[in-house]
Amino acid sequence: MEFVMNEKHRLFDKMLKEFVEKEVKPIAKDVDEEERFPEETVRKMAEYGLMGIPFSEETGGSGGDMVSYMLAVMRLSQACATTGVVLSAHTSLCAWPISEYGTDAQKQKYLKPLLKGEYLGAFGLTEPDAGTDASMQKTIAVDKGDYYEISGSKFFITNAGYADIYVITALTDPEAKTRGISTFILEKDMEGFTIGKKEMKMGIRGSSTCELIMDKVKVPKTNLLGRLNKGFSVAMKTLDGGRIGIAAQAVGIAKGAIDEAYDYVKERKQFGKAIASFQNTQFTLADLETNTEAALLLTVQAALLKDQGKPFAKQAAMAKLHAAQNAMNVTTRALQLFGGYGFTREYDIERMMRDAKITEIYEGTNEAQKMVISGHMRKERG
Amino acid sequence: MNIIVLVKQVPDTTEMNIDKETGTLIRKGVPTIVNPDDLAGVEAALNLKESHGGKVTVLSMGPPQTASMLKELYARGVDECFLISDRAFAGSDTWATSKILSTAINMLDYDLVIAGRQAIDGDTAQVGPQVAEFLNIPQISYIESIDDYKDNTLFVSKAYETYSVKMKCKLPCLITTLSGLNTPRYMHAKHIFNMDAKEISMLTNEDLKLEKSVIGLKGSPTKVFKTSVKDVQKDTVKLRLSPEEAAQKILDTLQKEDGGQA
Repeated sequence: MEFVMNEKHRLFDKMLKEFVEKEVKPIAKDVDEEERFPEETVRKMAEYGLMGIPFSEETGGSGGDMVSYMLAVMRLSQACATTGVVLSAHTSLCAWPISEYGTDAQKQKYLKPLLKGEYLGAFGLTEPDAGTDASMQKTIAVDKGDYYEISGSKFFITNAGYADIYVITALTDPEAKTRGISTFILEKDMEGFTIGKKEMKMGIRGSSTCELIMDKVKVPKTNLLGRLNKGFSVAMKTLDGGRIGIAAQAVGIAKGAIDEAYDYVKERKQFGKAIASFQNTQFTLADLETNTEAALLLTVQAALLKDQGKPFAKQAAMAKLHAAQNAMNVTTRALQLFGGYGFTREYDIERMMRDAKITEIYEGTNEAQKMVISGHMRKERG
Repeated sequence: MNIIVLVKQVPDTTEMNIDKETGTLIRKGVPTIVNPDDLAGVEAALNLKESHGGKVTVLSMGPPQTASMLKELYARGVDECFLISDRAFAGSDTWATSKILSTAINMLDYDLVIAGRQAIDGDTAQVGPQVAEFLNIPQISYIESIDDYKDNTLFVSKAYETYSVKMKCKLPCLITTLSGLNTPRYMHAKHIFNMDAKEISMLTNEDLKLEKSVIGLKGSPTKVFKTSVKDVQKDTVKLRLSPEEAAQKILDTLQKEDGGQA
């Protein structure tokens, strides 16, 4: 991606590599084994301006762009996919919709501390019966005059329990289905708002994934995000951007797996020589490197289009689809190069393979991405 | 407190090889880094500024590409960077370099000058002390900790091989820092993205106005007679001993080889 990088990107990449090497990589294994949310890393990320990368300094951000943000999620995920998704959910799914649709007061109260990393953010759209078909929402917000009373539950919410601010969707006009959904900003301490069951997951085990339970939560009218009944569009636009983050995470996981395999094959000897000297090994790595570069370029394209203010939803879906499939393929084939050792928990490669799987599922499954892409094709071609 | 830090861009010697024919370092293709002892000096300066206020200025002498390192230091939080660069300075040894650096320092306001103990490419440890001599200010070298600063006095610990000495010095003074002094902070995202607002000030000999006889190869009294590569002997024995035990061991070994003559 050198061809799109300016001096700042290069310097930022250098900073990220140094940060990841010293702060993220050494604890990645423990974070997974102990299913431990990397709070100390998130604090340090805040200290160095990583929690508000693609937002202007006036809004409290660091003044970077989407390409820089993409680099950050990628570098973090190269060592630890858990840390990568904490940043992606916070930035793309919580801070972004507030910066895009929030009032000045909401930006002052919520966005500024989010971008400084004083608050951690989360996003709640998915419900037990509303997954890919997000229109089947049951969470309801009743207009009580001075406030909304929100009741319902959200499922599989990343950063839940550790986040301070939650952007959630709820029905404000149940008859109107997707045209009756609105978006709200919730604070963790609001009465009736609790964190439910924590999911025990296959991968990204340090990331916190829980249910949100809302029992008649009184939400001030000033916490409506965007226009009334326009929440479905807010959520869909938010997910468009989020896909760049997850694509970057998937590229990072693939790069990490190639790094691990590349080092291993130089050491491992069979038939009297390092397995790196076998053409099968070299060709496998050449395939993985090429496909990962293609995934990276799709991701860079989506990020760059967003930076340029051009439509990017189709490109983001393609980037996410390809990068996720690639991460699964790369980690599986890289693990194969390790033979039996790769199947043991002594090496990081098995964690990477487990982590890769979620990128094919969350923020839109592979199939959901194909729905988005084919939808765009129909619009383009009639 | 106005602090000036002297910083050198060096090849990353951990990724370096030596040309056995010529006995010189192969610099081609080797990545450059901020000299580790100097980076500790920058961190120490930033810490002092954060606790006591003031300004951190970095001075570096080198070819124009040194600018990339100075940008990295801006990203770590320093306030101003000067690059001292002129073809006339090429070939300067530590004496000429110290002369050039001290002339530049004298053009600026300072209370404290910090230099790294030594650069990993030359390992002379001469520039810091020589600059202090040219500036005619007191110096404390080999600083392993900065303990306090009050009443215009700096309290530090100076490292010796097996012990350290607590010292204090009134400002202005010069200290040389060891890389173990602290853990340098990372570059900050905001400083990186705000880089356009920062400029590197260039100083050439037109600004310093030094006689040709005291700079560059001509102004350098050092004459390199020969460099050679020392071969590591394969039968080296590694032992972990205290300094006293090590001295005894060496003595015993020599006596044995010498047939008890030593």
